[in-house]
Amino acid sequence: MTESNYGQAWGEVLMFLLGGLLFVGAALFVSRLIRPNRPGEQKLTSYESGEQAQGSAWVQFNVRYYIIALIFLLFEVEIVFLFPWITTFTDQSAQKATGGEWGIWLALEMTVFILVLALGLAYAWRKGFLDGVKPRPQTADFKPVVPRRYYDKINEQYQSR
Amino acid sequence: MRDMEDQLLSILTPIAHHPFHAVPDSAPYTLQLHAQDVTRICQALQQHDQLYFDQLSCITGLDNGPEANTLEVIYHLYSIPFNRSLALRVVLPREAPELESVASLWKSANWLEREVFDMYGIHFTGHPDLRRILMPADWEGFPLRRDYQHQETYLGVTVKY
Amino acid sequence: MSEPVNSIAELKPGTHYRESFGNSGLVVTKLDDLFNWSRLSSLFPMTFGLACCAIEFMSTGSTPYDMDRFGMAPRATPRQSDVMIIAGTVTFKMADRIKRLYEQMAEPRYVISMGSCANCGGPYWQHGYHVVKGVDRIIPVDVYVPGCPPRPEALIGGILKLHEKIREESILNA
Repeated sequence: MTESNYGQAWGEVLMFLLGGLLFVGAALFVSRLIRPNRPGEQKLTSYESGEQAQGSAWVQFNVRYYIIALIFLLFEVEIVFLFPWITTFTDQSAQKATGGEWGIWLALEMTVFILVLALGLAYAWRKGFLDGVKPRPQTADFKPVVPRRYYDKINEQYQSR
Repeated sequence: MRDMEDQLLSILTPIAHHPFHAVPDSAPYTLQLHAQDVTRICQALQQHDQLYFDQLSCITGLDNGPEANTLEVIYHLYSIPFNRSLALRVVLPREAPELESVASLWKSANWLEREVFDMYGIHFTGHPDLRRILMPADWEGFPLRRDYQHQETYLGVTVKY
Repeated sequence: MSEPVNSIAELKPGTHYRESFGNSGLVVTKLDDLFNWSRLSSLFPMTFGLACCAIEFMSTGSTPYDMDRFGMAPRATPRQSDVMIIAGTVTFKMADRIKRLYEQMAEPRYVISMGSCANCGGPYWQHGYHVVKGVDRIIPVDVYVPGCPPRPEALIGGILKLHEKIREESILNA
């Protein structure tokens, strides 16, 4: 590309950018003209189903969310690496040039790559990093006074068939 | 019913520190107790292996009017293994009515006693969390008492029609 | 231009049946009409179903009565809703929350008081120490729908009354 074409192309990008800003700005500006504007103190409070919101909204999240995000990111990167591989894998001229060996070698390499990552997934699964999503229910410390056998008669009576 | 009556009297008489009696022509069978005996007798009723009243169905308050000048609390108990109902009645003076809480025996007593406190003003000592449950927390007065007059305004809103 | 002489037009003689986009292509001239039409055509209710009237409100949303054809899709949050339909008995304990939620709604906002209890305390007017005798003691009400509970048709009548009220608005005194 010549110098002038290059500049012109960037000029088109600038036009699109300005057009987008113009559209959004115009819409917001017109809304600002039309809508009623009565700010109030209560309006700016956070919604808490009618209750007064207490404390800060910046609470500490459980670390299990961080682990899930981390594992997601790893496999997302794996997918990103798959895309260019696909384009080279289906390259017809390379297939012809090597007489089919191109395909076999590439498939083998990608299989090894995926197996390594699958091993990592198996490790995370087995170690329980994926289990952390479910919170463990806490059992109550209730100790019944009446021994269980006293309820046998009534349990039998209401046994479902 | 005679068997249950005799059984109850024979089991409970040694335990009670104050005399108690059965209320005549009562359905369910009602025992009138002294206020100091309530926890003792309730524990025996719940834990004795021939009685096992494991369900506290209801706690009711009652106002006997300005002439008698007493308040009452009525416990309704039910035994699931033996399919029997029983009611216990306690009479309290109108000034500073107090009773010991049975929330340690039956968990349902927690809210039932809060309701009686909210409506009649009867204070339950030893209750884990005694506060109003039906009326707003800063309401004045105990609504179900016979001499109750509602307040003029609540948070600036007129109460009367 | 069509002649929709129906019972709604006969309720208030003199109301013109205004055409809108998509019906016959005629464009409304005044800006007020446009804004009012757009506001009344998509009144998102914030349901405040407190008691039995809530059941009637729910059945207004069901197929025989269908409030969705008026553009009313219920929203659970005051931030996204235009009209607050107080359906049910208002107790003093709830009054605090109603006030706060009404203030959290964004203008333009309207209130429909549905049922006897929200209008005037209802059957609890005499002995109800815990009932607010009419939600208009707490928030300003636009339309009152009588009934105990009002039938869904009555609620829809109240909604159409609110439409009439919105048509009279102007951006000059917004």
